[in-house]
Amino acid sequence: MSFLQALINGIALAAVYSLLGMGFVIIYKSMQVLSFAQPALMLFGGWWVVYFATLVHLNFYVAVLIAIAIAAISGLFIERVFLRPMVGKPVFAVAIMTIGLDLAIRITAGNFYDVSPRSTGDPWGLSTFNLGGLIIGHRRVAAIVVSVVVLLALLAFFRFSRMGLAMRAAAFDQEVALIQGVSVAAVFAISWALASVLATLASLFINPDLGSLGPASYTLALKALPVVVIGGLDSIGGTVVAALMVGIAEALTGTYQMHLTPYIGQNFSQVVPYLVMFVVLLVRPYGLFGTREVERV
Amino acid sequence: MRLRPGLVADYRADAAIFKSVTQRIWFGLLLVAAVFLGAGGTIGPIRISSDIMVLLSYAMFASIGALGLNIVTGMAGQVSLGHAFFLGLGAYTAAILGGVEQTRQAMDPATGQQVTEVVLRGYGLDMIIWLPLAGIIAALAGLIVAPVATRLRGLYLAFVTLGLVFLGEHIFREARTLTGGAGNGRPTAEHRLFGFRFDQDGEVFGIWMSKQQKLFFLGLILLLVMGLAAKNLFRSRVGRALAAIRDRDIAAEMMGIPLARYKLIAFTMSSFYAGIAGALFWAVVGRLTAEGFNFLLSIKYIAMILIGGVATVSGSIMGAFFIIFLPKVVEWLAGLPGLSHVISKDPAGMINTFQFEQILFGLFIVGFLILEPMGLYGIWIRVRNYWKGWPFSY
Repeated sequence: MSFLQALINGIALAAVYSLLGMGFVIIYKSMQVLSFAQPALMLFGGWWVVYFATLVHLNFYVAVLIAIAIAAISGLFIERVFLRPMVGKPVFAVAIMTIGLDLAIRITAGNFYDVSPRSTGDPWGLSTFNLGGLIIGHRRVAAIVVSVVVLLALLAFFRFSRMGLAMRAAAFDQEVALIQGVSVAAVFAISWALASVLATLASLFINPDLGSLGPASYTLALKALPVVVIGGLDSIGGTVVAALMVGIAEALTGTYQMHLTPYIGQNFSQVVPYLVMFVVLLVRPYGLFGTREVERV
Repeated sequence: MRLRPGLVADYRADAAIFKSVTQRIWFGLLLVAAVFLGAGGTIGPIRISSDIMVLLSYAMFASIGALGLNIVTGMAGQVSLGHAFFLGLGAYTAAILGGVEQTRQAMDPATGQQVTEVVLRGYGLDMIIWLPLAGIIAALAGLIVAPVATRLRGLYLAFVTLGLVFLGEHIFREARTLTGGAGNGRPTAEHRLFGFRFDQDGEVFGIWMSKQQKLFFLGLILLLVMGLAAKNLFRSRVGRALAAIRDRDIAAEMMGIPLARYKLIAFTMSSFYAGIAGALFWAVVGRLTAEGFNFLLSIKYIAMILIGGVATVSGSIMGAFFIIFLPKVVEWLAGLPGLSHVISKDPAGMINTFQFEQILFGLFIVGFLILEPMGLYGIWIRVRNYWKGWPFSY
């Protein structure tokens, strides 16, 4: 029974990871840059939900919509101001710059919150339902539903819309896409806005038990990084598979590790994603579904 | 030749540590100035307050760590976000070997007798033992990580080293008898070399010195040794191989440079420097907590080499000084009349000095990458070239 319970919790965790992870992948595919700023964007977007839902006392869903709008605009802003001048610079320089961005945004956004975590003011609260002996929180169900819907919507967007086609073209070959009349600048902008919005959505579920959010949620969000690496940096499907793997592994460790191997210490489940990443990368250096880089001298 | 100091005519001159006589003179002057400042009051005219002296010695120990990161990231081009782990390893090795054992009396539940239980391990050894061992233990860890690094490239390597920080933090938190556990921390090693105490005031060669001054000279001597060693590494066969790997690893491999071997050397050397730096730095701090060795510390070191200048020895040192003195500058800023109500020293204020400092780290990284990728070293080169050609700047 505790096994099934852990499985369900793991799947809910995987939903959060895949929401955050998709943001990483979208940015990576469009600019070949891995943005370390995603967890900070989550704190930033989440703050506006907290602000509008609990301090202004708007309806929660309205608050989420406003937060999404703000997140999208700030994503556009960050891309235009900080990332655009870095186009054509070495990948590492850009990656390290996003670390700097992350630090600046994280501390600023974290400063909005108090020291103690704040409730996002969501309607799910602590309510649960009982399914054949399993206790399932409403927030967990919401997390799974939202991430499945968002994933399908994103896939449809890439598949059928004009912009989605442009993004796929730019991901395939930027220069050729540029020659064909695709606005690569717009692709960059849209992908940062999308990533920022996805991070905001993830902020609602980052603490699946209490729904609270605070500066410390950052480390939880950072675990989406190993997830993306395991899946392969440029594969949305891979990210979902990896999120399931890591989420379930983490939940199972959280349930059983203190009984089976108490000597490796408390909270070991928090480092499980990194361990899984080590093992996967040793076997497959480009992640499970990542495309192998073809190198020419 | 004497009239054309910038002219390089042979390989020996090109690979020299000091490229010109002027450089040698300036280096000598800088050293003399450092000695005068350090011994201030007794032999020099200027006396520096003791809190600045402490910051100076911190900056010198941090420079050693930054040199280490510059070997692997600047020279060999392997981005390592795991420097905090190696620093921590050095710091804890030193603390365990050089620290004092702490015990407590406890009741053995099985026999009901009083037994002595070890709360914190410590062997109270001399600095001549703990300092090299801190480096060696960290280097061994680097040796273990290196094969992973040879298999991975680019961004993937950055993540693995990032994972290392989190694993390390977990170990530092949980290995209680060694590290004091989460939140508590443990006292560190004593700066004691053959009975000579660096952490107490006293006479050295007949000159009275405060403990801050002693630590300053310890830092200066070690930085000189380690800095020259790094400079020597950069110009040697190994250094050239590492530079080739950084510029294009596949091309380097085609030219007959064994990638695995040189990446191994880079990681081991880098971790050795980190271990030494961690041991010395935290021994001055006096207390070790597991939470200190987090991702932020790695970012701090990345910031040091980026702000200072990638793949240069003087850049690493400039960057370390810059980052270590940033809190002091922020503190000064917070005291200014216009800013004092925005940045407060009180943790509950709008932005406290610590947070402001971290935001500045972030912005400095972003700013330097966009505007001056060569860092302070690049600015220095440009200023120097301007005055070299003055008044004919072009």
